[in-house]
Amino acid sequence: MTKRSIPQLPPSTITPEAIYLRRRELLKGLALVPALLAGCGGQGEALSAAASSDDPSGTPLDFSSNSAYSTKEAKTSQHDATHYNNYYEFGTDKADPARNSARFKPSPWNVEISGHAEMTGNFTLEDLLKPHALEERVYRLRCVEAWSMVIPWIGFPLGDLLKRFKPTSQAKYVAFKTVARPSEMPGLSYPVLDWPYREGLRIDEAMHPLTILAVGLYGRSLPAQNGAPLRLVVPWKYGFKGIKSIVGIEFTEQQPKTSWNLSAADEYGFYSNVNPEVSHPRWSQATERRIAGDGFSLLGNRLKTLPFNGYAEQVAALYAGMDLRKNY
Amino acid sequence: MNLRHDRIAQSKPLIFLLCLLPLGWLAWSTTQGQLGPDPVARLEHETGIWALRILLATLAITPLRHFSGWLASIRYRRMLGLFAFFYASLHLLIYLVVDLGGFWSQIFGEIAKRPYITVGFLAWLLMIPLAITSTKGMMRRLGRQWQRLHRLVYLIGVCACLHFLWQVKYGETIAVLEPVAYAAIFVALMLARVPAWLRRRTAATRTSVRPSR
Repeated sequence: MTKRSIPQLPPSTITPEAIYLRRRELLKGLALVPALLAGCGGQGEALSAAASSDDPSGTPLDFSSNSAYSTKEAKTSQHDATHYNNYYEFGTDKADPARNSARFKPSPWNVEISGHAEMTGNFTLEDLLKPHALEERVYRLRCVEAWSMVIPWIGFPLGDLLKRFKPTSQAKYVAFKTVARPSEMPGLSYPVLDWPYREGLRIDEAMHPLTILAVGLYGRSLPAQNGAPLRLVVPWKYGFKGIKSIVGIEFTEQQPKTSWNLSAADEYGFYSNVNPEVSHPRWSQATERRIAGDGFSLLGNRLKTLPFNGYAEQVAALYAGMDLRKNY
Repeated sequence: MNLRHDRIAQSKPLIFLLCLLPLGWLAWSTTQGQLGPDPVARLEHETGIWALRILLATLAITPLRHFSGWLASIRYRRMLGLFAFFYASLHLLIYLVVDLGGFWSQIFGEIAKRPYITVGFLAWLLMIPLAITSTKGMMRRLGRQWQRLHRLVYLIGVCACLHFLWQVKYGETIAVLEPVAYAAIFVALMLARVPAWLRRRTAATRTSVRPSR
């Protein structure tokens, strides 16, 4: 036998060491539910082929990659990231946003900038985006429901945009608002949340270089279900802080009201920093189920959740001296 | 009994296969990668919902006998109850082994601290004695105690409905409709028993001692 005859495996088909080392345990699991799990090992290739096909929606974008802020972890497939969404304006099922957003028109688009800043007014999206160079940031996304993804966003630092409007010393917070168009967003007919969707950040959080406004993912412009044409991404906070389809940005002096906090204040705080130590009242946040990688696996998806979603080094200083149990 | 004329015995294998259909569908979907981006969550949801559906079917037998007079339908009940236990066990197993697998310390915390998991786990625990005592031999041995013991199924139904209701996010007026619908069916199946209970009560007071079958 010669070594040369062994074909090279693409890295995506190599079993991660952690799973390999747990193989006996995994097999035991398989033995317990044989019918359910039969054949799951062989499905990787077929599924990854489907997942890597280009999403026809969205136009290719010009961008540079910002590796300093990007994680090297296995990315979520483009298909999963665009077909498993919480965007209640299009329906509460995770498949609803992709299914129900065909009528949504992300263009033309205006954003109202208001509040404590020297320059305010209604701006076209083109005017807002013009001075900003786009870059790719591969970020972990941790949903408050205890699942997570790894998504290559295309965007630019929110702080760079905010500074152009010269916020005054009274601008302690930034409030954001999602568009509400009942004719294009069928979920708005149901009083699930107090529409329009609202979110907010403290000004230092908003100015942090990790905080970005995204206009695309996977190299293309955002599909409607991911928050076209402009959305917030704050990687150390739970996903619902990343407000989608932004039409309003307001500099405020008081802490703004946020949608999920209004709906259930004991479950969703204003800060909502990813924190494995502070459980959601009904489930633990200590671990998460990662939806990522090529293909499909039932086992070995669970990871330990990291403080600030693994961005503690960059952002923990923002909360020095704060009781993060009280300010969840 | 002559099998040729025993419709119930003839149809039992069919009901058995019907009860296996959800499992077959889930197994097929799993191998085809048809369970969506979060297959583990989907498997948990589907096995849980089938356990509840079959539990409700089990609880529908008694009212069905009362209202239709189809007394022989009770012979399906044990199989349905055992299938409810089967899917509930699968549900728990997927949660423990596939979902939480490897994070054993979290398992105990979750069962103890999360009310919706506590009641779900309780529902499964309570099904164990019912499954064990479901045989003809156990029925004979336990006599009148058997029926008493098996009234636990009402508590199991309450726990199962709570388990489902409790995990919906507050304010989710749409998502809550599904568990509310199942809870409503459970309540309806309980209410359907009331007339028979009342009749039995009045009969019992009239003839203080009456041999039960």
